[in-house]
Amino acid sequence: MHKVIKYVIIDILRNKIVLAYTLFLFLISFTVFSFEDNTAKGLLSLLNLILFIVPLVSIIFSTIYIYNSSEFIELLLSQPLRRKQIWLSLFAGLSVSFTLAFLIGCGIPLLFFEPTTTGFIMTFIGCLLSIIFVAIAMLAVVSTRDKAKGIGVAILLWLYFALIFDGLVLFLLFQFADYPLEKIMMIISALNPVDLSRIIILLRLDVSALMGYTGAVFKDFFGTDIGFIAALGILILWVMIPLQLSLHKFKRKDL
Amino acid sequence: MIVAKNITKHFGKLIALDDINLACDAGQCIALIGPNGSGKTTFIKSILGLVVPDKGEIVFNGKNISKDWQYRSQIGYMPQIGRYPDNMTIGQLINMLKDIRKHDCKQFDEELITDFQLNKMLDKRMRTLSGGTRQKVSASLAFLFNADVLILDEPTAGLDPLASEILKEKIIREKQKGKLILITSHILSELDDLVTEIIYMQDSKLIFHKNIDALRAETGEQKLSKAIAISMTKILENA
Repeated sequence: MHKVIKYVIIDILRNKIVLAYTLFLFLISFTVFSFEDNTAKGLLSLLNLILFIVPLVSIIFSTIYIYNSSEFIELLLSQPLRRKQIWLSLFAGLSVSFTLAFLIGCGIPLLFFEPTTTGFIMTFIGCLLSIIFVAIAMLAVVSTRDKAKGIGVAILLWLYFALIFDGLVLFLLFQFADYPLEKIMMIISALNPVDLSRIIILLRLDVSALMGYTGAVFKDFFGTDIGFIAALGILILWVMIPLQLSLHKFKRKDL
Repeated sequence: MIVAKNITKHFGKLIALDDINLACDAGQCIALIGPNGSGKTTFIKSILGLVVPDKGEIVFNGKNISKDWQYRSQIGYMPQIGRYPDNMTIGQLINMLKDIRKHDCKQFDEELITDFQLNKMLDKRMRTLSGGTRQKVSASLAFLFNADVLILDEPTAGLDPLASEILKEKIIREKQKGKLILITSHILSELDDLVTEIIYMQDSKLIFHKNIDALRAETGEQKLSKAIAISMTKILENA
């Protein structure tokens, strides 16, 4: 298994996009922290950037990369290798590359300017978010045969998680403003890994006081250790479920 | 060695394989022939597990392949259209496959790499290769692992006459070692001195599977193309 992962990682590194992404993350992290005089503000700006850029780059690059590796996958499939092994190696190769890119690009500046638990958690969540969107990309690729369509689906998925979902939630909130929605909001937030990540980090910053009553309910749950672990568990489910579904489909795919 | 039972495969509404039954044994050199789109490549791909049949089972050395993957260590496959990672060089590609298969292959057979003079262009990238050179790489990779079964899909298409002759001689040498060789081709004259069995497929069905000597005796023709033509007219008359 490690052999195939090795070749996937070598191939990704040769591609240089991930290197450029690392450099880009590094630059914005440093600029954000140098512009803001207090790190809490810097953290907040960086959070918003991370929640936008990391899913976008992870999902789009992974989708295109897997489509472009179709020859490589075909070649490996006629060798004595398990389908599961090939698919998981691709996933591991992409995840490792993006996690490393995030650790170097954002993790180092974060831990340098904010060497606290919050800094650590943010680094960890960023890595997890990268992996989640690699898994979602794999599901998008295995479900659509056509490359253009697959990339379109990936972009739409990103738009949904980054923008449309929030719009829908706002719409829901306004429509049902007369009802107590706080508990339901907690369940809804689990349906979007980006929002869940945002909540986990915001609750660790002082600005959570500005989130009103819903914020207080969130704090009551996600602010506790159990809540935090539950939130991480949900994020891990966001990796496992798309990955399992894509693996299931890949095992039955004709090439 | 390979037994296929009631293999059926649909691609949407299109039937690619319709209830195929056949058995192949070691030491045979089988020509899989038939018009374009008759299901030859789909059948070969289902043996390799690249295509998953809807119905039926394929047994390789007594083991059902649907749950197995190790059986592929005994197969050398040359695809019809060799698709390889674009930015790998020939050398990297060969080394990668050697690395992946080094557990199940004691000795690599690099005869074709030398004969095709690929070792002079090991650092050429795959995307810069011509169709013929690509085909040479495919052939070299199929023979590299000394596999007991060789599956060659249109092996000589795109090769120059010289390379084609080298490949043919290699196939004959491997046949003499008692390997099972499965070839699909359209050029029947090429198969004359190679094959021992003929499988004819048409419209996704297996029309006949005969020993070549039996076919020649039956039709009284030495040339493969004529023997098949006569055999086909007989079948059509009977139908």
